[in-house]
Amino acid sequence: MHQANFVVFVCITYVAILFAVAFAGDRRARKNPAGLLSSPLVYTLSISIYCSSWTFFGSVGSAAKNGLEFLTIYLGPTIVFAGWWLFLRKLVTVGRVHHTTSIADFISARFGKSPVLGALITILALVAITPYIALQLKALTASFQVITYPAGAVVAASRPLEPDFAVAFWLAAGLCLFSIVFGVRNIDVNERHHGVIAAIAVEALVKLVAFMAVGLWVFFVLSRTPDLMFRNAPASLMSPEEGFAARWVALCFLSGAAVICLPRQFQVTVVENSSEEQIRTASWMFPLYLLLINLFVIPIAMAGLNNLPPGSDPDLFVLTLPMTNGGETVGLLAFLGGFSSATSMVIVSSIALSTMISNHIVMPLALRFSLVPTGGGQSARNFILVARRMSIVFTIFLGFTYFWISRTSGALASIGLISFCGLIQPLPSLIAGLYWHRATHRGAIAGLAAGFLIWAYTLFLPSFKGAFLMSADVIANGPFGLNWLNPHALFGLDAFDPLVHALFWSMTVNTALLVIVSLLREPTPLTRFQATLFIDIFRRQTESELGVIRRTARVSELRQIADRILGPVESVSLFDKGDVEPAVIASDELITLVETRLAANVGAASARSLVSRVVTSETISVDELKRLAGEAEQIRAYSAELESKSRQIEATAAELAEANDRLREIDVQKDEFLSQVSHEVRTPMTSIRSFSEILLKNRDLDESRKLHFLGIIQSESFRLTRLLDGILDLNFLEPGTQTWEVTVFDPETAIDQAIETCEPLARAAGVRIKRGRRSRNARVLGSRDRLTQVFINLVSNAIKHNTSANPEVVVTGAAGRKGFYEARVTDNGPGIPLKDRELIFTKFFRGQKARQGGVGLGLPISRQIVERFGGDLSCTSAKTKGAEFVVRLPLRFD
Amino acid sequence: MSKTRVLIVEDEPHIVESLSFILQRADFEVDTALDGTEALRRLSRHIYSVLILDIMLPGISGLDVLRAVRSDRALDRLPVIVLTAKGQAADRSAAEAFGATAFITKPFSNTEIVERVCQLAAGVSK
Repeated sequence: MHQANFVVFVCITYVAILFAVAFAGDRRARKNPAGLLSSPLVYTLSISIYCSSWTFFGSVGSAAKNGLEFLTIYLGPTIVFAGWWLFLRKLVTVGRVHHTTSIADFISARFGKSPVLGALITILALVAITPYIALQLKALTASFQVITYPAGAVVAASRPLEPDFAVAFWLAAGLCLFSIVFGVRNIDVNERHHGVIAAIAVEALVKLVAFMAVGLWVFFVLSRTPDLMFRNAPASLMSPEEGFAARWVALCFLSGAAVICLPRQFQVTVVENSSEEQIRTASWMFPLYLLLINLFVIPIAMAGLNNLPPGSDPDLFVLTLPMTNGGETVGLLAFLGGFSSATSMVIVSSIALSTMISNHIVMPLALRFSLVPTGGGQSARNFILVARRMSIVFTIFLGFTYFWISRTSGALASIGLISFCGLIQPLPSLIAGLYWHRATHRGAIAGLAAGFLIWAYTLFLPSFKGAFLMSADVIANGPFGLNWLNPHALFGLDAFDPLVHALFWSMTVNTALLVIVSLLREPTPLTRFQATLFIDIFRRQTESELGVIRRTARVSELRQIADRILGPVESVSLFDKGDVEPAVIASDELITLVETRLAANVGAASARSLVSRVVTSETISVDELKRLAGEAEQIRAYSAELESKSRQIEATAAELAEANDRLREIDVQKDEFLSQVSHEVRTPMTSIRSFSEILLKNRDLDESRKLHFLGIIQSESFRLTRLLDGILDLNFLEPGTQTWEVTVFDPETAIDQAIETCEPLARAAGVRIKRGRRSRNARVLGSRDRLTQVFINLVSNAIKHNTSANPEVVVTGAAGRKGFYEARVTDNGPGIPLKDRELIFTKFFRGQKARQGGVGLGLPISRQIVERFGGDLSCTSAKTKGAEFVVRLPLRFD
Repeated sequence: MSKTRVLIVEDEPHIVESLSFILQRADFEVDTALDGTEALRRLSRHIYSVLILDIMLPGISGLDVLRAVRSDRALDRLPVIVLTAKGQAADRSAAEAFGATAFITKPFSNTEIVERVCQLAAGVSK
């Protein structure tokens, strides 16, 4: 035995060394954040707080009682870490990127920063962690008693040690002090506790070394021959049919989930993580640590069973074996190992829980009831610090209370499993949060609450064995004698032991409600947005709320909050940007930045609540949300767009092809036209040149001949002039060249004017022009001059081509049917053959008879003019012999 | 000895008049036709030494006349001067294919056309 004072002295010295490590760690971290403390080794060692005193003492106890079953507790975590790429990597990356402060903060942030969810998980964790802390207190107390009692007294005890609650109380008080001084010195900005992690890493090494020392001592000192070792192997250890039954599977699942969901594991694995490198290394180093610490479990268990009298508490073999066999130094080391595993677990758990309690219960309540001090300086920060310290004390003494109430029952391992089963209830929400866009905060709340209640009813309350809330009768037979509500056989399911039973029901109902309730309602915009940030973490890490949620706030009010929570130093760095004139209204960026900084201190939900107090307007931009909506939607939208674009392109291509055809046609027409024009120009030119040459070379010609030839030259010159005029007219009529002065006028006046102009020509040719019927008050829209030109052309044609003996031209006008004005120019000449009636309107058409000096452009031009005013010009056969041309123009009635 | 006989087929009266005048001055006997039908009629009635043929004729075109001439055994060696214009390369190459002897472009030079007719008429008389 060791003197109690000596043991206390050793403990205090050890703690002092840990303090020194923590302080040195903090100082180093400030100087060089990327140094040893951020190394994967320290990170992995800190994760090994998974091995609490339950491992240190309980593994041997479990092996002595249940054989290899203890391995399941390490198999689950090994699978999770070895398969880190599947889940852990995403979880840790999201936590790091979003400055998560705890598992409650993580889930609450994911589901629209729901304060209810954060509070629910906190209460759940607080209740579920209580047996676990009690477990540590129990182990610590027992180990202290064993090491200070005379060896004979311990061995002689046929039943487990009666715990000394005085020792337990002082240990609890010491742990409170320890945790407060270590973990809650400030409300750390980035929530990474470098000092604590350094101390935890040292403790992890100490417990590993201590346990292996006991194992080696058993191997090399106590059991010199293997024969002695295996003389009395426990029966359960030798019966392999126990393995891989429902309980094994359940325990693997439970421990795998626990290594993610336990508040302290979430704290060291996710919150304290600073790089992917850390998790990559931990994926093999942590399983290796688990392997090493379990290496000597079976030898120690067997040595204990063989060496110690029957009835000895196997949970204490690690201590009692050396203490009763002359290995007192090894015993002291084992005590320190157990001390390390218990303290490190309690410290980190209480720090994690105090963060959760202060951020998700105290802060929201204080905000709601305006209890946060509004005075300047540090008062708000101090308020949070006090809240956290109180939370630590509260958490640890809740554990102490549980220990006291349940003092009569439970081995270490079974208490640990009760705790695990409660603490893993957030798992479905966590997984859904990382992989399922559709999950809503209502679904998460429903699932968690149901899982929590089922766990409490089927496992937690019965663990008191009738000493607390639930009577022994209810545990055995169900409430009011309703056996289907039996806590250990809900709905008659009695095939499993209580742990597997509770795990099955709580997880099934939890998951089912999460899915069903989520599907009942659409997620809120904020939840949808957060879902995108979490689930698509590897796709867009730089995305922020910026641009999606537009808020406005006064800078002064925002700053007041920042001053109170973040402290003046950080506040200044946020708000005072050199000599830039401070704005009155805060930008989106500034509000988001402040909220991010606040969230790192008080959690996302409280940060949002704080900021929303000063935000005057908040709108969620639908466009941005749409942009962030699922990838599939984007692809669908994109392909739809492509489709419509390709349709547009097709349409455009068709239009272009059409335009091209039109252009080609016009080009052909143009070529034809040019060819015709050149021919028409060449003909008079040929005559002119030929006759000029004749006149030049034949000076002997008589006068009359000369005059005749000169006359031809003159008339061909006129022909050329007319041709040019006609071509210019044609050009003038081409679409889009020029607009004429358009008026509403009486078309009869145009006819009158045309007849007047043609009168001399008619007299010369001996043709009579008769003015026939005329319309009254007819009105058409167009150019009077152009229409006169048309009639002149028609009347002069009628005069020129009339070969009748008694030639005459009749012009009539009438307001005809269907709202058209009709003018007819009729002659009694030879008429126009039916086959030529359309051809005469083509350019340069030659009639069967040689032309009378015309150029073949008059009728095409006339037709174009009439068509330009919405009418038409056609050639019909006259009732009598001769030609008749009809001009039709739409009447105007206004 | 009778004069050498030339047929002018051309629908423009003034060009016919000028061609007739200069060829008569060069001591040819000139017949004229204003369209293809008349030209073929005259060709069937008289023997000509040279045919001057405009290609753009109303009704039966100059090319039709040329083809008729070349397919007639009695006329297949008759020299034919085709009157063309620039910008009517297609017509010219068609005329060449049908067996036109020479081409003269409008507006022509009086001297050139007389020299050409003399050459061809001389060739025939040999």
